[in-house]
Amino acid sequence: MLLFIAAPIVSVVIQSLFTPHEAVLMTVENCGPFGCKEETTIDQDATRELREAKPLGRFVWFDIYTDRGHLAFGEVAEAWNSSDSYGAFFSKLGNLPFYRAMAFTLTYTFVCTPLLIILGLMIALAVNSLHRHLKGLVIFFSLLPMIVSPLIGSLVLFWMLDSRGILGSAIQYLADDPNLSLKASTPLTWIMLIVYGVWNSAPFAFVVFYAGLQTLPQDQIEAAQIDGATRWDRIRYVVIPHLMPLVTFVALIQLMDNFRVFEPIVGFNAEAHATSLSWFIFSDLGGETRQLSAASATSVMTILGVAILLSPVLIRTWRDFKAKK
Amino acid sequence: MFLKRIIIAGAMTTLTATAAWACEIGARVSIVGNEFPAIQTVGAGAQECSGGEVTTNLTADHQKINVAGMQGNPAEYTSAIIANSSIVALMNEDVIRALDDLVAKHGQDLKKNQLITIDGKVMAVAFMANAQHLVYRKDILEEAGVEPPKTYEEMLEAAKVIREKGLVQNPIGGAYKAGWNLAQEFNNMFLGFGGTHFKEGTAEPNVNSEAGVKALEMMKALSEYMNPDFLTHDSNATNAEYRAGNVALMNMWGSRAATLTTVDGIPQEVIDGFAIAAPMTVGGGSTPASTLWWDGWTVAKNVSDAEAEATFIALTNGIRPEILSDPEIAKQAVWLIEGYEPTPAATGVFDAANMGTIPYPMLPYMGLMHTALGNELADFMQGKESAEQALADVEAAYTAAAKEKGFL
Repeated sequence: MLLFIAAPIVSVVIQSLFTPHEAVLMTVENCGPFGCKEETTIDQDATRELREAKPLGRFVWFDIYTDRGHLAFGEVAEAWNSSDSYGAFFSKLGNLPFYRAMAFTLTYTFVCTPLLIILGLMIALAVNSLHRHLKGLVIFFSLLPMIVSPLIGSLVLFWMLDSRGILGSAIQYLADDPNLSLKASTPLTWIMLIVYGVWNSAPFAFVVFYAGLQTLPQDQIEAAQIDGATRWDRIRYVVIPHLMPLVTFVALIQLMDNFRVFEPIVGFNAEAHATSLSWFIFSDLGGETRQLSAASATSVMTILGVAILLSPVLIRTWRDFKAKK
Repeated sequence: MFLKRIIIAGAMTTLTATAAWACEIGARVSIVGNEFPAIQTVGAGAQECSGGEVTTNLTADHQKINVAGMQGNPAEYTSAIIANSSIVALMNEDVIRALDDLVAKHGQDLKKNQLITIDGKVMAVAFMANAQHLVYRKDILEEAGVEPPKTYEEMLEAAKVIREKGLVQNPIGGAYKAGWNLAQEFNNMFLGFGGTHFKEGTAEPNVNSEAGVKALEMMKALSEYMNPDFLTHDSNATNAEYRAGNVALMNMWGSRAATLTTVDGIPQEVIDGFAIAAPMTVGGGSTPASTLWWDGWTVAKNVSDAEAEATFIALTNGIRPEILSDPEIAKQAVWLIEGYEPTPAATGVFDAANMGTIPYPMLPYMGLMHTALGNELADFMQGKESAEQALADVEAAYTAAAKEKGFL
């Protein structure tokens, strides 16, 4: 616990409060195949002295959290003061990377999670009513989206949805618009990502619910049948209440997973239309100049975001636990 | 047939045996770098050395791992193959060593202009030059009755004619993928319009200018003639479009253009119509809207002297003049190696150098500017905001990052 959970969290929190030292710059002559040129570079000796004196860098409190790349307090206040309507304010807010990413992440999380629970439940009920010889085969195929790793799955779909791919061409044919491109439109990209998210995670929900259905008490079902309950009534009043703890469990895991949406954005090359906090961390660490402090601050905010999202479920679980004691 | 194979196999064995005999190292060598044909050649050349293990990790994601892989002590990578943009990240973190002593001891075959000196110290050895330039289909241009464009304005006109005649629906190709590629295309156009990224002598951004707005407007005009998915197309995807015959004009890297039509399954008319020309200018300027690059290798600081020496010997072996005797290798790049004779595929890069193309700026804060451009320009390209707003966003994003890194 200490090593694998507490230590990394402490490490990112500390890192997010410090930034590198002020760069000591000097002008030097650089020479290469294209001739010589006066250029600015970092004075390594002076920088080393600074680093040795204070290895962690400059302590900046929460400056990184409030800069434009994160919560952007200054820019938000400016947008609030300069807009005369909520519409103008929100459009200015949507221009700031953090709020734009949150808009996508929250939409993705709250659309994907219920849809995949419903879809998973439907698949589980359907498979459960199949003949036992067919079950094995159908379960195997239903699990395929989960077996494929998310990055590969999204890459495969990405090429199929390309305007020259098989699905992309089919959609163009159906919509009767030869220039239609899913990847060039923000709303269509969002829909594509959400459909992908549901496709990818529904098997998880299905497996959990299917396991739950095996523990369904047959006598209750039979009693309901004798009382004249229809198939729908039985699902509504017997099966779903029986599976409720599992629904909570799946919702918990999926809220957490979907909030950290990352692979589909990379796989679908969707960063022009949709970003997430995890994608920011990737981008901060992947640029030519790595921004460790910015990435750490985003990590801390991801942890807080997950905690806030899960708090209603966690509080409920805690209460149930106390009540049982 | 069988006899031929035996002779070839025999020749190959002798060749590798001679090379192995020629290059003897005494310690571990581990190389990280980008993957395109010329770098793969250099990596393979380094691996011919015997006496120590030589491993290579050549990947398009090299920039994400090279600094981290060289910061440890001892460093995982004893060498990083880099370009004039990415050496800055290694310099900023102080993870590469000066090579003067090794050049004096083992660098007899290296030319003076291969040595990259920073403040008088050799920090890298360059082996090839690179630039983006025009690649086109001469058959389509002839059919349309237009000359190969010399300016971006002519490119737009040519594209219009090609589309109107129904030859190709989206005749222009461009590596406009949001992120690094889109930012690079902006840099090209911005420098072509005479812009400078920073206020003279400072780290203050200077892209929100007339040149910046004009550059974005030109990019937007070009994108009207591109595949609508252009914001997801990097160099590889753009090349695939060209190979499939869907593109008639594009601005492409010299290092990729030379081998563009050598893969299997390309239609014959694409192979026959393949042509290269100088980079284009824009807005009546005389400096091409492109940047000059070199690719070279470095040696890590946090490794033992024996490993540093072995790395230097192995990589010098990878770029020895004899590799140019293979015609396939000779045309992979514009080599800076002694004895290189320009092949027809090299004309684009040579023209770029002769026309006074500006080298990509080697500034400690240029990487942050490049990232900010890549993240903020996509909104403009999608028509969601004005050019001025997009450039103001770039400056704001850059300023936040530069403050964090202590440049402002």
